[in-house]
Amino acid sequence: MTFDLAILGAGPAGAAAAVEASLLGMRSLVIDEQVAAGGQVYRASPPISSGDPDGDRLRASLAGCSASVRLVHRLWNVERDDDGFRLLAIGPEGAFEARARSLIVAAGAQERFVPFRGWELPGVMGLASATILIKAQRLLPGRNVVVAGAGPLLYAVAHGILDGGGRVVALVDAQPRSAWWMPDLLSRPDLLVRGMSWLAALRRAKVPILRASVVDAVAREGDGLSATVQGRAIACDAVCCGFGLMPATDVTRLLGATHSFDAALGGWHVVVDDQQRCDVPGLYAAGDVAGIRGAASAPHQGRIAARAVAGAAIGSTRERDGASRFGVAMNRAAQVGDYVISSIAPDVTMCVCERLPRSVIEAAIDDGCVTINDVKGATRCGMGPCGGRMCEDAVARLIAIKTSCTRRDVGMATGRPPLRPVALDAIAGDFDYEALPMPAPAPL
Amino acid sequence: MGATAALRASEGGMRVVVIERDVAGAGASGVNAGTLSLQIKRVKLMPYALIGHEWWRSAGDAIGFKRTGGYTLAFNAREAEMLHDRMTQKRAAGAPIEFVTPRQVVTREPALCDRIVAASYCAEDGHADSTRTGTYLRGLLRDAGVELREHANVTHIDTREAGFRITAGSETTSSKRLLLAAGAWTAPLASLLDVALPIRVRTNTVTVTEPGPVHLHAGVGHATGLLTLKQKSNGSYLIGGGWQGTGSPEAGRGRVVADTLLQNLRLARFAVPATANVRVLRSWTGYEAYVPDYWPLAGVLPGVRDAYVLACVRGGYTIGPCIGPLVADLILGREPALPLFDPARAM
Repeated sequence: MTFDLAILGAGPAGAAAAVEASLLGMRSLVIDEQVAAGGQVYRASPPISSGDPDGDRLRASLAGCSASVRLVHRLWNVERDDDGFRLLAIGPEGAFEARARSLIVAAGAQERFVPFRGWELPGVMGLASATILIKAQRLLPGRNVVVAGAGPLLYAVAHGILDGGGRVVALVDAQPRSAWWMPDLLSRPDLLVRGMSWLAALRRAKVPILRASVVDAVAREGDGLSATVQGRAIACDAVCCGFGLMPATDVTRLLGATHSFDAALGGWHVVVDDQQRCDVPGLYAAGDVAGIRGAASAPHQGRIAARAVAGAAIGSTRERDGASRFGVAMNRAAQVGDYVISSIAPDVTMCVCERLPRSVIEAAIDDGCVTINDVKGATRCGMGPCGGRMCEDAVARLIAIKTSCTRRDVGMATGRPPLRPVALDAIAGDFDYEALPMPAPAPL
Repeated sequence: MGATAALRASEGGMRVVVIERDVAGAGASGVNAGTLSLQIKRVKLMPYALIGHEWWRSAGDAIGFKRTGGYTLAFNAREAEMLHDRMTQKRAAGAPIEFVTPRQVVTREPALCDRIVAASYCAEDGHADSTRTGTYLRGLLRDAGVELREHANVTHIDTREAGFRITAGSETTSSKRLLLAAGAWTAPLASLLDVALPIRVRTNTVTVTEPGPVHLHAGVGHATGLLTLKQKSNGSYLIGGGWQGTGSPEAGRGRVVADTLLQNLRLARFAVPATANVRVLRSWTGYEAYVPDYWPLAGVLPGVRDAYVLACVRGGYTIGPCIGPLVADLILGREPALPLFDPARAM
């Protein structure tokens, strides 16, 4: 199957791109891993609705447009040649393959983690994971939850837990109150009001809010957990902790596009021009993958990308840029200082998949490793099932601190397939041994 | 290869500096599948492979060496004939390889495919953890007092009356003698001396899976050489076999090609059915330099006085620690214990 355009991700950027592409008469394909469109921001719960009219509108417009939508399809590889892109995915019916002349990557964001003692324990999860439980399954992460980290998700998750009938035993915000005073927040009074209402609900429920504090450690305690904050033990049964969002760049890395580091945009993001074009021919990016700008900006970026693919006039980019202000400011509130990395103890696990403590990473750095790829090669850090999504940022930051280099110097890890872990059989499929091509063997 | 040559030259009384573009072991020796198998070595290179193999064995735990034994399998008559012919010659060259019956194989390794037609076994085969190569070599160089300059990309080499001036970044180094041992990057280095080495590059693919239940103890190969497979002690499978990705050393790291990866995984799936249910975590590529006759370049760099080259050693991960010191012996003016491979023949 050959499409004019393939779109990776059915969140706000991807869905808007698909609808626009459909209006422009393009044959397009949308691939998304989830059971329903909407992305993380409009994640639906069964029966499919996010309880948010914007999400329901997104799903209705995507369903109503001419794009071929493949949900529950896990993309594991993308290749590029002179004719465009070849996409390989695993869906409910097995291997799925398609070709497209152009590609819009609308893969969104991933959470930033900061390692602390006990972060790998069951019951400790990211704020985004907690959001999935709450939004998609209407489940609570626990009955008595510590919500910790930085950024707006902290308050969204705490509110979601209260709303679902759970108890938030402490909200631990790494930032001082002053971090939230940003003029750009006034650009979206509606969202500001929503945030204030969450805060009011936390006050009514008498949730202790500890500011300028972080969870130093979590340990098993009886049937539950104990979280240590500023030397005080807090009994709980779940800890949700995250430090803002980072662009999900695995596809754009794999395709060799140029990326840039900007802490204000969530760190490493793929570089796009005013028309959302990357520097790889035929490749476009829209939404948080091109820098964290939030859900309001994403549809504008998606539409612009689709118009650029079609060669249609882009028109004004003012709306897109205006809508970005709030999202950028929100993510800025999740930026915490180097102390969260410097204070990690030598025996605390940094790479959970390969069980590597800080001391091992640090020994590699002391031994001469100065890039993230150096450390990866020397320690296997980031080579487990998470593909570095959980540890790469913290390890790169540690390298930068220890070597007094910039994050740009430390670099990003090389993108490699599969983009997500895939069962070997799902890739191998059915085959006849005698029909396998066998290139001539090496000379004797 | 460069590091072991440096160690021997230093032992011989020379002051040596190793200039490395990335970090020690960042190239083929750090990204290969860690296979140390005599069954996949070329007949004529077997004496070198036996010595190299011994070097890795003595490195032991420091590089994660495991002597697991290894099987090479044939699944049809054509492969059986190839296996018999090849392994007989390799055995004659000194590798302790024996032929075993399919029943013996499946009794010892029940996780293997039950459609084996013929098999060979080498008890000496095993693997190392190639990700540890750099750290290990760096330690050896440090202990020997050999200076290692990492992240130093050589951009100019000037020949002078008595040696070379080598520029890497902002640093310049003068030396009387020069050995080029940069793997797939050797030809670009030689071109700085106006020598055109006819080096080509293969882009080999390696895949690692998540840990699964430990079913397999020995290493597994295929009669054609198109599969190497081992299950590490943590349960993850490492799958290789020289399936080709794409890329060029000048343009950066290579890329995995889905069509060849697919065949590699199918061979693995066929040989070890238990791999079906584990998830593939990561496939990557590494460059392997070669010249058209597939024999090493190991000796004097043609046309440049006091310059030497060591590259294109097929099976270089195993053989490197043997042939590196041999070339250093040549540089020291000693007679190497085994013959070298004059690069002039390839020009």
